[in-house]
Amino acid sequence: MTMNDAKQMTRQISVKTADLTRRFGKFTAVDRVSIEVYQGEIFGFLGANGAGKTTMIRMLCGLLAPSEGSGSVAGYDIYRQSEAIKRRIGYMSQKFSLYDDLTISENIEFYGGVYGLSRALIRERKEALIRQVGLEAFADKLTRELPLGFKQRLALGCALLHDPPIVFLDEPTSGVDPEARRGFWDLIYQTVALGKTVFVTTHFMDEAEYCHRVSIMREGKLIALDTPAKLKQQYGRSNMQDVFVALVKE
Amino acid sequence: MNAIEIKDFHKSYGTVDAVRGVSMEVKRGELFGLIGPDGAGKTTLLRAICTLLLPDRGSILVDGLNTTRDAARIRSILGYMPQRFSLYQDLSVEQNLRFFADLFQVPEKERLERLERLYHFSRLGPFKKRFAGALSGGMKQKLALSCALIHTPAILVLDEPTYGVDPVSRQEFWDILRLIRQEGTAILVSTAYMDEADQCERVALFFKGRIAGIGAPEALKNRYRYPLYRLEAEDVRRLRDFFRSLPEVQSTQLFGDALHASFTQPPDSRQWSEWQAASSGNLTSWSPQPPTIEDVFLALIAESEANDSEAQ
Repeated sequence: MTMNDAKQMTRQISVKTADLTRRFGKFTAVDRVSIEVYQGEIFGFLGANGAGKTTMIRMLCGLLAPSEGSGSVAGYDIYRQSEAIKRRIGYMSQKFSLYDDLTISENIEFYGGVYGLSRALIRERKEALIRQVGLEAFADKLTRELPLGFKQRLALGCALLHDPPIVFLDEPTSGVDPEARRGFWDLIYQTVALGKTVFVTTHFMDEAEYCHRVSIMREGKLIALDTPAKLKQQYGRSNMQDVFVALVKE
Repeated sequence: MNAIEIKDFHKSYGTVDAVRGVSMEVKRGELFGLIGPDGAGKTTLLRAICTLLLPDRGSILVDGLNTTRDAARIRSILGYMPQRFSLYQDLSVEQNLRFFADLFQVPEKERLERLERLYHFSRLGPFKKRFAGALSGGMKQKLALSCALIHTPAILVLDEPTYGVDPVSRQEFWDILRLIRQEGTAILVSTAYMDEADQCERVALFFKGRIAGIGAPEALKNRYRYPLYRLEAEDVRRLRDFFRSLPEVQSTQLFGDALHASFTQPPDSRQWSEWQAASSGNLTSWSPQPPTIEDVFLALIAESEANDSEAQ
């Protein structure tokens, strides 16, 4: 891929919202949020508990209808085409993704089934994934026996099994040792190099540093959106933790 | 006398060696961090300090008392906040605090003053009547901390108190710990969040049941011996492939649109120009980057693993 290709690609909009709003009774969980996320971008979603991140993500995943505003994900409308959206996104969380008491092979088949892949396709992608993660000798071992680093790679592979253009990662590397963490982020960078868009929601400000751009929400509103470097510069702080606290406590 | 003194502590569960020879001390009135990933052995060490586990080998002294012989006395001077705190969800904030006051036999006439003090720093006062089960994650942790502090312990041990708590509540929690420390309490706190090392006076970096490094966070960072740079490029992935292939490069890591590279020797201006030319202008800027505790941790792990394989 040349530089120009990369730039061309990053201009393609993968997720777009305009004044997206969601109310629960009198409470406004998400208040007129407008974002544009580009294809091949790692986009961080930060906010305190209750800031509206989860509501925002649920709307983008087609799981919750907005009250107002508009949005599209992978080119599909979030009001009218939520089923099409669900088939085009993947989801992985560090805390829960794989069934410990299924074998590695069974976990992959389970996810393939959930995503509605044909048996032939599941078999093909299962073999490719096992090879890619380097687990050929362990396919019939229980998942709980795997070291955490492998489990994570496998979990991301399962989230990508149906080849979605967009994947949501929830605190993908919290509590993981730094070596495994950096290895996993390499995998995320490889994923976006393939043209996929990665959303990361996290409380872990170290993870925010790895994103291309981060958004910060407070009380349902979007209060910042930029690259980690620019945010640190703008608020005169040396790390994202301090930027976050300064912004959210303002 | 130190608040906590650990000498050559070992603990195994069956064939798993959870802690493999740890020696360290926590000074009086010190805020000390035990930093390490899940499974490093942090909880095992903390439970042993709290007399809940006996060492297989080695010894632990808490305020000069031995954990294997003086468990009851140690428990009266120690506050412990376990990882999964069993607050009573169907009791109110105040009922939980009173329950722990009963448990630790806090005299009736002192209770009111202590409760007021705990409400003051935890800012839970307005939520006295709320059920613990209805509190937010950050507030639950503050209540758990308050319960551990009800008998004003000389030494406080906290196992991952900020786990899963949002960054603002985390910051508030650390502010509270500093207040407690100012009153002379020694605090030993564990965390898997590397960036929280900077909140502590001293830290032990814990990995695979051993201490990989110990000291003040700034001192540990100053000991980092690989000059670290932040590089920017037109195409940062291509830049990474290029720098990875250089013998002078110790490690590379992508950070969004930038690349962090550490070198075995500080590069000179001639090398930078050579690299700029060799990357066909791809490299656009470079600047020294202060190492984080995570960089230090990674370098120490690599060194200790190199030593291990040499020893074998």
